[in-house]
Amino acid sequence: MEGPTSTGIPNRKLAMWTFIGSECMLFGTLIATYMIYRGRNLVPPYPHDLLNIPFITVTTFVLLMSSLMMVLALAAVQRNDLRATKLWLGLTALFGLIFLGGQYYEFSHFVHEGLPLSRNLFSSTFFVLTGTHGAHVAGGVIWLGTLLVRTVNGKLDARHAETVEIAGLYWHFVDVVWIILFTLIYLLV
Amino acid sequence: MSSHSAGSHPSTRLYVAVAVILAALTALEVMVFYIEALAPVLIPILLVMMAAKFALVAMFFMHLKSDGPVLTAIFAWGVFIATAIVVGLMAIFGKFGA
Repeated sequence: MEGPTSTGIPNRKLAMWTFIGSECMLFGTLIATYMIYRGRNLVPPYPHDLLNIPFITVTTFVLLMSSLMMVLALAAVQRNDLRATKLWLGLTALFGLIFLGGQYYEFSHFVHEGLPLSRNLFSSTFFVLTGTHGAHVAGGVIWLGTLLVRTVNGKLDARHAETVEIAGLYWHFVDVVWIILFTLIYLLV
Repeated sequence: MSSHSAGSHPSTRLYVAVAVILAALTALEVMVFYIEALAPVLIPILLVMMAAKFALVAMFFMHLKSDGPVLTAIFAWGVFIATAIVVGLMAIFGKFGA
């Protein structure tokens, strides 16, 4: 149990928002690196030869909808509807896994087409940036999995809604980062 | 339990409405990408739609609209620094022409 705080904001929630603020700077440096080297690629293959916009649009849609599932999970746990909580948490994690599957397919396709990590400026900056984001998604899926297991075991209910909310903040942050990457990498190619 | 007294979170109906708008904006972004006539104004259009999606998720899904100014300030500061890093380095490396 957490007592009153001087800010009126729960310490764990404040800590998560501070962490998210620092994560903005991490992704800011990676995005800056990608943008600086964008269009300076001298060695093929080039981004426009490889990027599959329709495919990435589908995985982007899946990640956006996972954020909807996450807020529905939070609403469910707040009203102590544990059946709905399990459903929405499970779907959020599933959608995250689908997104990761799409990213694995995309990476494999690029490597198969002759674009390993160290091939050129595009490959280095692209893989590091999207790979870092993918690692964050994977971390979120694991976190959601632990919440789902706790709910199934009866160890998570309305009293722990703040725990779900904090996990949700992380998940939505991963989503907003992808909103930026989708535009900068795929649509402004 | 916490003592946090944030404003009430949005309703399920509002969450779904936000998700529909996000999906529509994403579809619109891709449509704009394929319309050659919009190529001269593609960058500002896409950046505005990206910012709109970002704001919708932050305000409604991350509850910044109802959770008060302190958390908004923490997030805004991080976003500001990140944006300054990106824009500053792009300027230094001559990505804005000349």
